[in-house]
Amino acid sequence: MNVIMPYVLPVLFALVIVALLPLLAGYIVLVERKVMADMQVRLGPMRVGPHGLLQPIADAVKLLLKEDIIPENADRLVFWGAPLISVTAAMLALAALPIGPFFQIADLNIGLLFILGVSSLGIFGIVLGGWASNSHYSLLGALRSAAQLVSYETSAGLAIVGALLLAGTLSTRGIVQAQSATGWWFIFVAPVGFFIYLVASIAETNRAPFDMPEAESELVAGYMTEYSGFRWALYFLAEYTNMIVVASIATTLFLGGWLRPFANTPLFNFLDYLPPLLMLGVAGYCFWRAPKQPVAVQKMFMVAVGLLCIALTLALAMPLAAPAGSLLASSKAGIHGAFWFLFKVAAYIYVFMWLRFTFPRYRFDQLMRLGWQFLVPLSIVNVMGMGLGLALHRQLNWPAAPALILGIVLTLAAGAYLLATGEKHEHPRVGEEEETSVDA
Amino acid sequence: MLDQGVFYFFAALAILSAILVVTRRNAVQSAIFLVTALLATAGIFLNLNAEFLFIVQVILYAGGIMVLFVFVIMLVNLDVALHQVQFNRQWFVALIVSAVLAAQVAAAIAVSRRTLYTVPAAPAESLEPNTERVAFYLFHNYMLPFEIASILLLVAMVGAVVMAKKRV
Repeated sequence: MNVIMPYVLPVLFALVIVALLPLLAGYIVLVERKVMADMQVRLGPMRVGPHGLLQPIADAVKLLLKEDIIPENADRLVFWGAPLISVTAAMLALAALPIGPFFQIADLNIGLLFILGVSSLGIFGIVLGGWASNSHYSLLGALRSAAQLVSYETSAGLAIVGALLLAGTLSTRGIVQAQSATGWWFIFVAPVGFFIYLVASIAETNRAPFDMPEAESELVAGYMTEYSGFRWALYFLAEYTNMIVVASIATTLFLGGWLRPFANTPLFNFLDYLPPLLMLGVAGYCFWRAPKQPVAVQKMFMVAVGLLCIALTLALAMPLAAPAGSLLASSKAGIHGAFWFLFKVAAYIYVFMWLRFTFPRYRFDQLMRLGWQFLVPLSIVNVMGMGLGLALHRQLNWPAAPALILGIVLTLAAGAYLLATGEKHEHPRVGEEEETSVDA
Repeated sequence: MLDQGVFYFFAALAILSAILVVTRRNAVQSAIFLVTALLATAGIFLNLNAEFLFIVQVILYAGGIMVLFVFVIMLVNLDVALHQVQFNRQWFVALIVSAVLAAQVAAAIAVSRRTLYTVPAAPAESLEPNTERVAFYLFHNYMLPFEIASILLLVAMVGAVVMAKKRV
């Protein structure tokens, strides 16, 4: 019995995450379509369920029932296995993420490296899927994807190193605790690192404006052109899981993980009441809109959503109302921590969507130039600036603020220099094109 | 017991994939099995509580070098290569080299057989903070060799860029 016990809770957490993830991914797609519709002054999906709330379920059923086609000249085994590699790698990376101080599958000593290393294996799914399809569009998409991921992983990794210097540990839990101890989220201490990570993470998840691997105006659908039905859905799931993973890394590393804003200031303790009030507001809105739905089923569904929000309100409010010292009151850190973590992840993903619908797509050579000639040098300078600031602070006993600000200013100066000199190379004249690493 | 089972699983996986790497005619399939072999080796590292080595193996070999391998292989026209007759069969040389290697390993095991089993197992907690330990020895005891190695790598990198570019 004692042999099994330590594994029970992690396995339970893992089951919860794996079971909820497809649903979550489906609803992220719905939110993305709704946000897109809003930015383009449309309504978006409205037919299935009130305000399209059941659309993800309908889509999932459609994808499961769709015919599964394998091209005749495809490498069947690789074609079959490639989406699985992508999904497995993406889901495995979730294992080390601290969703609240208690809800974490495993707190590894190599936490952040584990997430980075395992999620970088997902690229094999894309590359092999593109190759096995035996189609030119797929192969080109896969090649672009490989080149893009390898290029931007470099700058993302270096951006993370900057923040890791501050935390002094790789354990995801330790990183959040370090931010709790200093009282400063690392985004305020290492803003350049956060910016680099934001750009690089968009490129790594193959999203617009860097969605070269699946640019539909050029490559039909890139590496997943030949995929349909459930296998296609697996690629999609992997893509959205990767979004959640990079958003969680950014949240843990730069945005204070499960910490409430101003967690160390008693003056801002009223922010504890924000989560239940927010949920109550959503519930009230649902009840108010319910009678206005056209069909009886939709009215019922709207009420059900409202009841779900009420339940969440109760879950969030109970630890606050319970007497201090009781079990419920001590569960506050876990429940509210999970709320803030997911809230920040959602905000980060919203920024992804916002950028997607605001910026036009880059050209492939522009993408490579941005990666290698701007982001990689900038991230190297960022690590050096961060290291300089910390060395001045820790070894020469400078006060923290001027030392770190000196590092940031030096980094920004280097960035400005790169921007200024990069302009000259921007348009190579005809006949003397620069040699890019890949001519895909 | 569990540790041994895990070790034999990963060891068998590594050897099996290594055999498949050299016997497959399709280069992409060979590359896939090479990835499997590398990951199985990483699994053995993890089984030995060498977490940092495990993740370095995954990031560098599986995630970095193999992606570039696959990348290059896909650019080669495989269909043509598959149907060409291969003249470079060197069974005899390969057999001799493998036999020498096997003899070396066997000799090493035979010599250290007695000392191998008398080495006391390290206490579990001393293995725990793996990354810190590697960093400490790398930047404390072996600072100079580490820096020399990194300069060597830098020179190699700059050299590759200079040779690849037509005009600098």
